[in-house]
Amino acid sequence: MSKFMTWVDERFPLTALWESQWGKYIAPKNFNFWYFFGSLAAFILVLQIVTGIWLAMDYKPDAAKAFGSIEYIMRDVHWGWLIRYMHSTGASMFFVVVYLHMFRGLIYGSYRKPRELTWLFGCVIYLALMAEAFFGYLLPWGQMSYWGAQVIVNLFSTIPGIGEGLAVWIRGDYTISDVTLNRFFAFHVAALPLVLVALVVMHLMALHETGSNNPDGVEIKKQPKDPKTGLPLDGIYSHPYYTVKDIVGVIGFLIVFSAIVFFLPNMGGFFLEANNFIPADPLKTPQEIAPVWYFTPYYAMLRAVPSFLETQVWGVIVMACAVLIFFALPWLDRAPVKSIRYRGRLYKGFLIAFIVSFLILGYLGTVPVTVWGQFADAFPFHGADRATVVSRVLTVVYFAFFLLMPWYSVRDKTRPQPDRVRWP
Amino acid sequence: MKKLAMIACAVLAFAGFAAHAQEAGLRMAPAPDNRLDVASLQRGARDFVNYCLTCHSAQYMRYNRLADIGLTPGQITGNLMFATSKIGDTMTVAMREDDAKAWFGAPPPDLSVEARVRGRDWLYNYLLGFYRDDKSATGWNNLVFPNVGMPNVLWQLSGTGKRIEREFDDEGSAEAAAIAVKGLAMVEPTKDHKYMMVSIGPDTPGTMTRTQYEAFVGDLVNYLDYMSEPVRDERIHLGIIVLAFLGVLFALAYALKRDYWKALH
Repeated sequence: MSKFMTWVDERFPLTALWESQWGKYIAPKNFNFWYFFGSLAAFILVLQIVTGIWLAMDYKPDAAKAFGSIEYIMRDVHWGWLIRYMHSTGASMFFVVVYLHMFRGLIYGSYRKPRELTWLFGCVIYLALMAEAFFGYLLPWGQMSYWGAQVIVNLFSTIPGIGEGLAVWIRGDYTISDVTLNRFFAFHVAALPLVLVALVVMHLMALHETGSNNPDGVEIKKQPKDPKTGLPLDGIYSHPYYTVKDIVGVIGFLIVFSAIVFFLPNMGGFFLEANNFIPADPLKTPQEIAPVWYFTPYYAMLRAVPSFLETQVWGVIVMACAVLIFFALPWLDRAPVKSIRYRGRLYKGFLIAFIVSFLILGYLGTVPVTVWGQFADAFPFHGADRATVVSRVLTVVYFAFFLLMPWYSVRDKTRPQPDRVRWP
Repeated sequence: MKKLAMIACAVLAFAGFAAHAQEAGLRMAPAPDNRLDVASLQRGARDFVNYCLTCHSAQYMRYNRLADIGLTPGQITGNLMFATSKIGDTMTVAMREDDAKAWFGAPPPDLSVEARVRGRDWLYNYLLGFYRDDKSATGWNNLVFPNVGMPNVLWQLSGTGKRIEREFDDEGSAEAAAIAVKGLAMVEPTKDHKYMMVSIGPDTPGTMTRTQYEAFVGDLVNYLDYMSEPVRDERIHLGIIVLAFLGVLFALAYALKRDYWKALH
């Protein structure tokens, strides 16, 4: 074996690659529960690619056949139902895991110097993932697929001047049609997976260059080396330690994942919507068009922003900013410590307000704006929908978390960050 | 462990939003829960091909798939196939789409996955929700699906129903009256700030008693539900095995992790 490896290594740096990226990668030993979600996201990416390849073998990207081909997969293809449910559940779980992974980054300050690029690549991954999910959601060609795509493409048509032309260019037609389905299929199965994989490689290479952050925000690279092992005092080899730990995480995830795939594949209409079992009908607009749950916080913001100067574009701008503002995070945070463990009440308060806003906006995006009824027809709300007013307030809170960060992260009473990690 | 419990709670809360959208103020009777009753599924299949399949197709359902619910190929070809002679065919109808549009305003929807769109309870109450309405084009109307294009094709079995309206001064008494119906009922506000409780009462009798007809509809809904996802039973059985396997695997993986990490101080 070693002779073979030598032969390979003289021609391709296989051992060096393995050792720099994982085998001899030194990680802090105090990773907690929140550190499972990075490896889980990578695991789901592989799962989606593999199940996606098998789905593509029987799926037909044709407006007349797409809906039927999914039922064919569900009924006539051997194990087709399992592959399809794994893929549909995987799509939603990808977002669950990525949101938790981003939350981890937030609370432990993983976006801070020197990991800005890791964070930025991650933000681009998040954007690419949203695009991937959006394109994929059209493929079942149900009513929600169709009208959801219609609504989202129409967002581009609100851009003054070029909007209408841009929307037609994206669709390749004046409405969502067979042409659109074909190109979305191409984006979903070829273009974006390639982009995603490339970005994930960059995300990991950047991470393995700087080394991982940890729940205490301690930079283990700056620690003195253990004289016996030659490793930083709080550092351990990823392999075998985090290999065996991440396997536990993957199996734990698979238990939750399988419970959904086998017992709740619709997840109460959140993972597979009831209306999407009606074939797409360009002549029949559904009463309620709601995006899938992972877009609903932004959808709630979009709906909450009033039109102004006879254009709806402001809502689209707010929505775009809400996603893009994550990119600025490394430069907005000016606290002397990274981890929430050593931050004060001010930061914690803003963080809780942000998370609560995100969750409530997410809920409001799934229901009609009339859900909570209307305020009295008098000052100050003049009969406005309660949910709309609440969405507006929460949108402001969402942005306040970011835009006020340069102020409150400095003012916050932090405790000194220790030199060693807390362990066990 | 505390964290696991928290995650479980979050997942359950998430699933809890489940409720299907329905008309405000509509009270539906629960459909009988007989998913595992093979005899009911077989009766439902028989009634489906006899009564529904003349207008509605189920173009993704193959006849031979009915083996799932305990029917032999002989039983299927001998008793259930009228439109085709090939047991591998799907359940299509002879009615042309243009004719259907002319007769009903819209072609009757394909029913392969209708139960996944509507849910069992909706279908059950819809089929029990017809009443006579001289103002509509078909002479029928429906409490669950107002002004639906479909006539009550099962009226010879069910008899005809009529719409009963009772007005109440407050919402509470209207709701109480709706509950007392013990079946499909609706409460809606009226223009003069009162509340109308609407239900359906018997008009002329059919060949079945009310109880027989409810059981008939229950079987039909059960079949529609099965047909919308024939693999469901297999999926749940396999799920139990998969989870048991993963449980064991998790224990082993956790033991392995502990063993490796013991050496760290």
